[in-house]
Amino acid sequence: MVSPILELKDINKSFGHVQANKNINLIINKGTIHGIIGENGAGKSTLMSIVYGLYQADSGIISVNGKEIKLKSPRDSIENGIGMVHQHFMLVENFTVLENIVLGFEGEIIFGKNLEKAKTDLKNLCDTYNLNVDLDSIIADLSVGFRQRVEILKSLYRGAEVFILDEPTGVLTPQEVDELFKILRSLKEEGKTIVLITHKLNEIMDLTSEVSVMRQGEVVGHTATESTNREKLAEMMVGRSVLLRINKSKVETGDVVFKVENLTVKDDLDVTRVKNVNLEIHAGEILGLAGVTGNGQTELLEALSGIRQVESGEIYLNGEKISDNSELLNPRELKEKGLAHVPEDRQRMGLVTDFKAYENLIFGYHDQEPYSKSSIMKDNKIIDYSKKVMEEYDVRPRSPHLITSNFSGGNQQKLILSRELNESPKVLLVGQPTRGVDIGAIEFIHQRLIDMRDRGAAILLVSVELEEVLSLSDRIVVMFDGNIVGERVNKDVTDRELGLLMAGVA
Amino acid sequence: MSAAVDKSKVPWWVSNLIVPLVNLTLALFVSALFIFIAGENPVQAVKLIIYGSFGYLEGFAYTLYYTTNFIFTGLAFAVAFHCRLFNIGGEGQAYIGGLGVFLVAINVSFLPVPIIWLLSIAGAFVFGAAWAFIPAYLQAKRGSHVVITTIMFNFIASSLMVYLLVDVIRDMEQMGPHTVALPKEMWLPSFKDFVALFGIKIRYSPLNLSFLLAIAASFFVWFLVWKTKWGYEMRAVGHNTQAAIYAGISPYKNIIIAMLISGGLAGLLSINEILGVHHKIVSGFPAGYGFTGIAVALMGRNHPIGIFPAAFLFGILYQGGSEVTFDMPNITRYMFVAVQGVIILFSGALENLFRPQIESFFVSRLKREVDA
Repeated sequence: MVSPILELKDINKSFGHVQANKNINLIINKGTIHGIIGENGAGKSTLMSIVYGLYQADSGIISVNGKEIKLKSPRDSIENGIGMVHQHFMLVENFTVLENIVLGFEGEIIFGKNLEKAKTDLKNLCDTYNLNVDLDSIIADLSVGFRQRVEILKSLYRGAEVFILDEPTGVLTPQEVDELFKILRSLKEEGKTIVLITHKLNEIMDLTSEVSVMRQGEVVGHTATESTNREKLAEMMVGRSVLLRINKSKVETGDVVFKVENLTVKDDLDVTRVKNVNLEIHAGEILGLAGVTGNGQTELLEALSGIRQVESGEIYLNGEKISDNSELLNPRELKEKGLAHVPEDRQRMGLVTDFKAYENLIFGYHDQEPYSKSSIMKDNKIIDYSKKVMEEYDVRPRSPHLITSNFSGGNQQKLILSRELNESPKVLLVGQPTRGVDIGAIEFIHQRLIDMRDRGAAILLVSVELEEVLSLSDRIVVMFDGNIVGERVNKDVTDRELGLLMAGVA
Repeated sequence: MSAAVDKSKVPWWVSNLIVPLVNLTLALFVSALFIFIAGENPVQAVKLIIYGSFGYLEGFAYTLYYTTNFIFTGLAFAVAFHCRLFNIGGEGQAYIGGLGVFLVAINVSFLPVPIIWLLSIAGAFVFGAAWAFIPAYLQAKRGSHVVITTIMFNFIASSLMVYLLVDVIRDMEQMGPHTVALPKEMWLPSFKDFVALFGIKIRYSPLNLSFLLAIAASFFVWFLVWKTKWGYEMRAVGHNTQAAIYAGISPYKNIIIAMLISGGLAGLLSINEILGVHHKIVSGFPAGYGFTGIAVALMGRNHPIGIFPAAFLFGILYQGGSEVTFDMPNITRYMFVAVQGVIILFSGALENLFRPQIESFFVSRLKREVDA
């Protein structure tokens, strides 16, 4: 028998003039996995934050098990059996699993009986749901996949009946994703309810029984998963039909324009993160670099773009050595030589989010004409130029004077891309080009990268999205623990095979 | 907790005018309480402040004289702040700047007077900048926090100047710790001289040509920070150092540049004090202007357009306050230090106390108007 456990009625929420949620009606049935899918900025996260008590709705009714409830803080939702696994885990790194779970619910000043009881309860929970977590290990020692399980266990322990998971697979390897899905299914079998927020269509198809699609703050459709397909969902999300597989023409590759020999790089803590890496990229080729986050890709990208000191090894651009005695040219000199870089973390590195959009559109090129002359910034020229590229890259809203942090993730990424691609670089280093970017923008960004390749640029694409690497790359290398552990030509490789390489088992 | 206000929807005049005004009103209200507790009538005190700072020409001139000092030190703090550096060493930099003015002026006395002035301005700037250089270098290269080093450099500057004024450059004819006076022709024309041109006779006031230099410095800072490549790079480093490195902008270089300009601007205070007022170095001439400049900059939101009214407000308080202490025996000079403290507290440390409420109030009100 199907009965609703969570019911949202006419939920409205606005931030200033922006209405993030408009008249949302949603019914989540008990014992189901319910998917909520939508582009970035469609209002999914706002809605779930309202359900979890982080925000208060401007109007509307939330009921749990048919009873209307008032949610003033996350504590209220926990009491009503709603648990949330955030995109960024809320764990104290140097505490043990047990300490993290009882945090805030210790029940007594000095640990003793209660802690022992908690431990027994948690062990039982672990066994029931096959969570397989060691309660005494320190969080810092756990992999991302296990940390996520700790979050799930935490919600379970606090009596959650409804689990909200916000983009849970973004940081996982394919194998870890499989494990997570197993856990979610066993939760469902025990009668728990799961709300899965994602922008990945295959997760919806694999896991959910019902799906709601959000677009521009509204729920635009509910459907049983079995009666829909990826194309239909994508169309609903974007409001028009979308090309899911990119059309890629065959291009004759040219000479090697970018070459890395025996490159070794250390991180800030003096740990060697890139070990003797060799790479060659030809003109008109996209080389995909796959790997789980934290296996040295970040340091490699930083070293190649002149941000991070090289320990040893050589880098050649167009046959010219750009690292000399581990002394690298600085990013601006590299830009002048035709090397552009779209960094992995746009907010930490790619943009000054407090700057106005037009100031960011020339960032790193600001000392070149016509943007500045004799050290005086030519604001009018910059703004004219900005209007042009914002049009060309369909950045919304098209206001060069808007502060960058007010743009959505996808539009921020377009700002960076338009800046870095505009100079027609010979070599383009791209890190996570579509992380946190909505599906409409993903299509656009991918198409731009392909265009660059067709025009003869050598592109290094670093991404943790396997699908992205597979759909764009001509050749793929996999990085694990600082080493290149495998190289495949794209057409004869499966994602299973790459997944094993990424996990370091093959 | 109410949800955060969408910053992009807050009109500029709410964050930049209404919020500071509310803070200021609160500060004045608390100050009025102090005066009341001290046994005087706050309304009477306000009347005295207004009369003292605006009521007669000399009083107004005094107000603008104080304003001049606060503009220099406020601008100094603001420039460094755009690179996210808390330069609280304005006091010491101004003091050492005075040394620059005096040494330059006394050594080039054979040149035409306007040239002497220009060179003295350069001397003030260079000496102030030099005093800021060491903390800047330590911050850029070694990561020694500029707050700690600049405040220590204030003490060093103070001791150094006392040593120099007592043992090295003292006017040997006199007992006090000060130098000989500069020749009269080098003194900057005062406001008194200026109004005399129109046949108006007034008593002495310290206001002099430096006021115009302060206005010029405000334009300079605006142009530097918002219209030049250096300002752009400084702001980039200040807002996001990682991104600056990515764009090939050197944080090291920009920390040094921002601090040098900041120190130089603080040094300009000594043009007002030495070329304009004392005509010699007297011990302790920066008299706390360097510190008050921090509050001025914060209140003025680190923009020259905001710094001017903030400096003017503090000028009113200084001048009007001294008027009050003459007429109200229960109110001492220290009471006005406390009033300044309250203003600094409300407009600096508690700056965001009511900001969310005020902003969301206006945002929802404006929204209603739009909807209606």
